[in-house]
Order: sequence, then structure tokens, then C-alpha cells
Amino acid sequence: MRILVVEDDEMLLDGLTVGLGLGGFTVDSVSTCEDAHAALSAQRYDAVVLDLMLPDGSGLDVLETLRGARNATPVLLLTARDQVPDRIRGLDAGADDYVGKPFDLDELAARLRALVRRGAGRPTARLEWRGVVLDPAQLTSSHHGAALKLTRREFAVLRTLMERPAATVSRTALEEALYGWQEEVESNAVEVHVHHLRSKLGADFIKTVRGMGYRLAEEGA
Amino acid sequence: MNSIRGRLIAILIGTTGLVWLLAAAWIYLSTQAQVEHVLDARLTEAARMVNSLLTDHRIELAMAEGENGETAAPIFDMGQPYERQLSCQIWSLDGQLVGRSSGAPDTRLTDATQGFSEATIAGETWRVYTVENPRLGVRVMVGDSLHVRDRLVGDVIKGLLLPATIVLPVLAGMIWLSVRRGLAPLSEMAGTLSSRDANDLRPLPSAGMPAEVAPAVNALNGLFRRVDEARERERNFTAFAAHELKTPLAGLKTQAQIALASGDGAVQANALRQIATGVDRTARLARQLLDLASLETGDGPARSAREDISVAIGTAVAEMKPLAAARNVAIEVEHVGGQLRLEVETHRISPALRNLLENAVNHSPEGAHVRCRIHQNGGTVLVSVEDEGQGVTETELPRLTEKFFRGRNKSTTGSGLGLAIARTAVEQAGGELRLANRTPQGFVATLVLPV
Repeated sequence: MRILVVEDDEMLLDGLTVGLGLGGFTVDSVSTCEDAHAALSAQRYDAVVLDLMLPDGSGLDVLETLRGARNATPVLLLTARDQVPDRIRGLDAGADDYVGKPFDLDELAARLRALVRRGAGRPTARLEWRGVVLDPAQLTSSHHGAALKLTRREFAVLRTLMERPAATVSRTALEEALYGWQEEVESNAVEVHVHHLRSKLGADFIKTVRGMGYRLAEEGA
Repeated sequence: MNSIRGRLIAILIGTTGLVWLLAAAWIYLSTQAQVEHVLDARLTEAARMVNSLLTDHRIELAMAEGENGETAAPIFDMGQPYERQLSCQIWSLDGQLVGRSSGAPDTRLTDATQGFSEATIAGETWRVYTVENPRLGVRVMVGDSLHVRDRLVGDVIKGLLLPATIVLPVLAGMIWLSVRRGLAPLSEMAGTLSSRDANDLRPLPSAGMPAEVAPAVNALNGLFRRVDEARERERNFTAFAAHELKTPLAGLKTQAQIALASGDGAVQANALRQIATGVDRTARLARQLLDLASLETGDGPARSAREDISVAIGTAVAEMKPLAAARNVAIEVEHVGGQLRLEVETHRISPALRNLLENAVNHSPEGAHVRCRIHQNGGTVLVSVEDEGQGVTETELPRLTEKFFRGRNKSTTGSGLGLAIARTAVEQAGGELRLANRTPQGFVATLVLPV
């Protein structure tokens, strides 16, 4: 789950990047409107955390540009101005959620997961496929009731695939879901994670679609 | 009671009463004079009349007693209280009482031989006019009792004062009502004000107020406006400060949660480092907010303290030394054109200098120099602080002194308040703050101070 954090306070930006990273998100961080525009036009995000007061303008401008471009990416406004009129203005401008500072990191992560889930049209937080259950909130997984031990990256690959079970996900899309800008990506990183997942779940759990990417195998296939 | 109403009523009643009394006294004196004048004229007339009757032998001396006794009464009868006012005696020149009117005393009315005189007979004072008739050898004396005269004057005054005793309370009542009515706008205003709660600073209606009350109403409304503005400033400031503290607090909390949640030592160490920096920054923000608050409310400590600009710069540079040393930045002070003297207000100039120097140091690269130059230019003293940092973009330049504005090339510890403080302080000291990029690199902030 790749998200963009737009926040001009360095300590908070660092905190959000690290903290949400610990929560299983892949985080890109920028601190100006200009960089936010650039990031949003270059990359697809599952959600955006947006501060309102930025050095070169208001976060609401970023939001309006985003919605003006018919981009429905869920946006969570994060701001010190959290009076009711501010919240109303933000939500009416196209935001999906509004969190006042200071906030609880876990709650922020939960809200982001909820936003992404709603954006994808899924009713529940838990993901299930052929006996594998993923809980993105707890970052726990099980296979036929038995606890399944996955690394953070493996969890992210599996989650990305299980979010859209019938679809084929390209290797690039998986890389983007796994690694932020700042992170080095080994050229065969995705293959390595898929290999590990197959060894834990059975070789036929993830199918390779030659030249396209990966998808989950159908029941009984 | 120290009330305008009470005083007004007392003054009005007092002066009215006094005027009345003075009028009564004046009327008393003038009536007395008039009465005396008229009655003296009558005395003279009566005496001459009797004398001429005697001369013409219309009455015989022997009959004078009877004749006068009958004629005197009708002529001078002025009603019951003043009946028998006049008494007439006719004396021979050798001292024999020849005749007298009825009611006239037997004893001689006066010893005077001619003209007006006053005499007391049996406790009663008489005013007498005497005419001498040498041909008949008699003196005619006509007198009237002063007691009666006084009663006449007294009755006039009584007639004047009696209504006054009835009218005066009525007058007092009317004065009381008028004063009350006249002062109604004041009591109305007092009523409005006393029933207000502390937050109600709406202006009082000044339309229709009497000219005497209007200045007070206007002054009050002016005070209300100023208090309201001060409170609004304070409210804005508090809200602003609270908002600005929320972001570093959010950062601190997030980093603390990371430190708690992460099992990775490196991540924890980084979070704790961030927290330490964050606390420093928040503490600095709090100090700057206090500086700004004390400048804005004009409520600074040691307001009157002044010192020489060189001393102020020396102190500010000394304060900045630890920070500069930590960043390996050298601060140089340069007096262009020799040492000059200028007394400045410590509580204004010191925060300005401190913030400019702090900005310069924070934006300097490692090993760079910060120069503080002082020189005089005509009627102004210029104190400039130059750094070798990245400067700001031209679009950011006009926004630098906005509160909480932070440009792209911001330092990690900046709050966005330093230049706002410097500008507020120097403007209060009657100067201005000039900001510019330096070529080829760096930034310069200049305090322009009037000599």
C-alpha cells in the first residue's frame, strides 16, 4: 500500500514516514505543494496524507488540483487547524477524512487502511484467499488457521495480490507498492519475495503470467 | 452623597430660596421706605390741614377737640387693623393742651417745636409732624404710631413670604423631577452598562444623547473598541500559538510512538534523536512566542532600560556563540567607519538582533562566516547581518516577515517567527527591517535605526 505524505514539518514528516512504514505502508514524503503536484502526477498512490499549511501554498490547492484531474485517490487532511468549520471546508473540498494534530499514529494508520479499503470497495479489513487470511491492521497472517510468518515485504506482496485476486499485477506495480523513492530496489527483489511466498504457501498459490506479472491461482486450479 | 443629581437639586433649591429671600428683603426695605414716605406726606398734609382750618376759624380752638375727634377717624380710616392711626394734638405755645383728637394720648407727643420728630410715649413710638402757628399762638402736632406702620410693612412681607412657604416645597419637587428627567440619559447608560456581562463590548448608542453626555459615551465606546481589539489580538495570538504548537507536538508524539513500537535499535535511536531536537525546537518556539507576545502587547520587562548598540550586539553575539560553535560558523562584528554610539531600547533591539543572528547561523553552511556590520548613513544607523547560506527565492522574499512563514530553504529548528519578531521590534523602535539576497550567495538582514 503506497501512500504519499505531504507535510512541511521535518520531524513530523520523518515520524510519519517511519511510523507508517512500520505499519506496513510504503511511504513517499514531500514537503511542498510543488513536490506534491509532481509526485501525484507521476505516481499512483493508494492514499494521500495532506497537511494544509505548506510553505508554498495551501494543501487545499493540491486537493483541488487532484480532484480537478478526476483523480479519486483517498485524501486524509492532517492539520493543526481542526475546528469544525475547517473540517467542513476540507471535507467539502474533496477530502475523505480529516485528522487534527496532534494525533495517534495507530489511529492515523487505521484511518488510512479504512480509506484504502473503502476506495477499493471492500467491506472488511481482512483479506482471505484459499485458506490464507491477512489482517493488514495487525500485520498478521494465517494459513488454514495456523499462524503464518511473513516478512514485511512478503506481507506487502501478498496483500497487493489478495486485494484484487482475479487481476494480474505487473512486477513494476508490485515494486511500486513495496518500495518508496528513497529505497534501493534490487532488480530481482519481487521474484525473491514471490519465491519465498511460494515456499511457505505452496508453489501453486501464486501463478506467473509470462510477460505480464503475477496473479493468485484460482480455487482448485 | 456625592451625586450630580443631589448636588444639582441642592444648588437649584438653595439659589432659588436665596433669590426669594433677597427679593423679600429688598421688597421689605423698599416697602418700608415707600410707606414711610407716603405716611410722612400724609402727616404733613394732615397737620397743615388742621392748621389752615384753625387759621380760617372754620373750627374754634375750643371746639377743636370735638371737631378733630370726629373728622380724624373717617379721613384716616384704612380698615380695621389700621383704625385710628393718626392722633392730633393742638398745644398753645406756652404749653397748654388746647385740643386733641379722640384716641390721642394726653401727654405731649413731641418736644420738637417744628417738623418731624420721633418720641416714645407709654412704650409706643410715635412719628410726629409739628406745625407752629405763631399768629394763633398754637402748635399743631399730628403723629402716628410706628408700631402700626411696622405692622403694615410686616403684613406686606408676610403676604409675600407666606405663598413662598407653600410654593417652595412644590418648586423643590418640580426641580427634583426636572433634574431627574434631565439626567435620565446618564442613569439609562449606567443601567445598560451595569447589566452587561464582561464580554459584551458593543458600543453604546450615541444617537440622541445630550451634548454633555455624548463625549463620555464616545470616550467609553472608544475604550470598548480598544479593549475589544486588544482582546481580539490576544485571542488570535493564543489561537495561533496553540495551532503552531500542535505540529511539533504531533511530531513528538509520532516519534515517541515509533520509539515505543519499533524493536529496531537504529529506528528507536533516530526517533529519540528527533524527539530531543523537537523539544529544543518547541522550547525555542515557546520563547519566541513569548517575545512576540511581549512586543505586541507592549508589555516588556525593564521597559526603560537602554544601552549602546555596540553593547547590545556584543551581548547577542556572545549568546549565539555556542550555537555557532556547534555548527562551526564564525561570527564577525565590524564597525565600518569607526565605533559609533547609539542608545537603543534593550527590550526591543536585543530580540531583533538575537533572531537575525540565529537565522544567519542556522542557514550557514559548515565553516562559513556570519558578518555583523554597523555603520552610519546620514540620519540612520544600519546594522546588517550577512550569511553565506542559500538565501531565499524572490517570491518568498516579501513573505518572510509573516508569522510562521517558512521558506523552502528552512533550517531544522526554525519556527517561522524570527523575522516577524525582528520586524515588530525594530518598527516599534521607529526603524525598519530590510531583507535581501546577496550576490552571488547568501542573505542579508538589515536593521535600519533612526539616530
